[in-house]
Amino acid sequence: METSMSLAPQKTFDHSYFRKKNLAILALVLLMVLVMWGSGKVADFDFVYAFTSIPLALQWMAISFAPTAASLSALPELLHQTWLTILSAVAATTTAAILALILGVLGSNSVGVKNTVVKTSIRVIASVFRNIPIVAWALVLLLSFKQGEFTGFLALFLSTFGQLTRLFLDTFDEVPLGPIEAVGATGSSYWPIIFQAAIPCAIPQLMSWVLYMVETNIRSATLVGMLTGTGIGFAFDLYYKSFRYDVAGLLVIITIITVISIELISAKVRRSML
Amino acid sequence: MKDTAAIPGMRMKGNKIQIRTPESTNKALNITLFVLAALTIFTFVQMDYRNLDFLEASYFALRDFGMMMFSPSLKAGHFGWDTIVYETFKTIGLAILSTVFSAIISFFLGLAGALNFSNKTLSTLCKSLMSLIRAIPTILWVLVFTVAIGLGSEAAIVGISFHSIAYLTKAFSESFEEIDEGTIEALKASGASYWQIVFQCALPETISKLLSWTFIRFEINFTNAVAVGAVAGAGGIGYQLFQAGSFYYSIQEVGVIVYACLIVAFMLEFISIQLRKRYIVQ
Repeated sequence: METSMSLAPQKTFDHSYFRKKNLAILALVLLMVLVMWGSGKVADFDFVYAFTSIPLALQWMAISFAPTAASLSALPELLHQTWLTILSAVAATTTAAILALILGVLGSNSVGVKNTVVKTSIRVIASVFRNIPIVAWALVLLLSFKQGEFTGFLALFLSTFGQLTRLFLDTFDEVPLGPIEAVGATGSSYWPIIFQAAIPCAIPQLMSWVLYMVETNIRSATLVGMLTGTGIGFAFDLYYKSFRYDVAGLLVIITIITVISIELISAKVRRSML
Repeated sequence: MKDTAAIPGMRMKGNKIQIRTPESTNKALNITLFVLAALTIFTFVQMDYRNLDFLEASYFALRDFGMMMFSPSLKAGHFGWDTIVYETFKTIGLAILSTVFSAIISFFLGLAGALNFSNKTLSTLCKSLMSLIRAIPTILWVLVFTVAIGLGSEAAIVGISFHSIAYLTKAFSESFEEIDEGTIEALKASGASYWQIVFQCALPETISKLLSWTFIRFEINFTNAVAVGAVAGAGGIGYQLFQAGSFYYSIQEVGVIVYACLIVAFMLEFISIQLRKRYIVQ
């Protein structure tokens, strides 16, 4: 009798697991709502106004930002400014990459210098340069280098340097130790190990980061250009503030085409490098 | 000379062993390096330097940078500590709101973009629309919305969210596409509906990835919120940064604001490292 009882299916189902799970989800949602409400209060954000205004705003954009035949007369100037933006993004990334490569090798845990003080200070420098807002770089440099292309380039260079150093450090940390040990076993000194093992192993990843930074820097260059008076940012600001929305719209289209082409090219390059 | 080679297949170059063969060098890599170097040199050659005195400018820039980093103070009296603290929190608030909105919207758009939770047409449509939106810099979105709906945190948040949604949708749909097909099939076989599969499989399988992407985007959105405040005047600490640098020429006040941004950034980085340790490494 006893045995047949225990074999019978249990009638009462234990709900406590699901009840706990639901309560946890409810608590999480409530916490989220509270955080959102608090942020909304601090940021002075009107939820209803923001959401109801989006459709109208998009409609307004589609109408007033549509380029007309008249806006085509600005096309050569816009293309020139776009070209300048691409150049300054590429130059800032490449020059920053050279400096970042040196610091990335010296500061990495795998092939870096043995001195902890040097390693830590490289990491701190990279982090500080990366996290100083690019706007602050641009504003400070404007005081000494005045408005112009070079100021924009320097601001981009300094923040890219911080970001790439961090990314390169991570890349060298993850480099496989086998090739490095193998070159070391041949009796090579420090630099052959770096140039024959560490860099060749890491280079596809490093290049992939460089290409990623070129893409990002075209967008950042737009922002910096508004302050330094160069490139896409400057042109957009100019036409936008003089209410030539049609030309500004044309510039947005050019920017879209530029960024997407660079994304496609770098995706192709990345695939053929690996 | 072929006969000097001691090992079959070994190539010699004069008296040296040739280590690299034409086949082993990476063509794409060399071309990319060459193009980048050529463009960089060209940039420096054609750049309009506007009669800049480099020595003098560099000296002043270094002095200003030193002043910004080593003697930050609010002595000039344009802002009080209360303003700096409040506006920093306001910027964090802008970043939180835009990140949470984008994460929620991107979850559904990410499903539409993932091939295993959508169909090919919808997925392609969603992905192309998102890369279109992503191509427009955040600052342009914010400026456009500033005119459309008025200057304020609404324009900033909606503008930042556009770019942020496009970014997260790409990351989320890639995470969904990595889900094991077998799990979805098993649920389908048991008769689960679409949304049951989403909430019992897609969400729990990818939640740690989704959260870490969202947090990465939160850090980016904080940076964006600072930039947008400065250039579009859409509120937050960025606006004070712009005033200090561009109206009052007060490097020391810029320094205080830079340190405020650095403190927030370091805290976010610390949190993200802890989160990654807890959720990703496992």
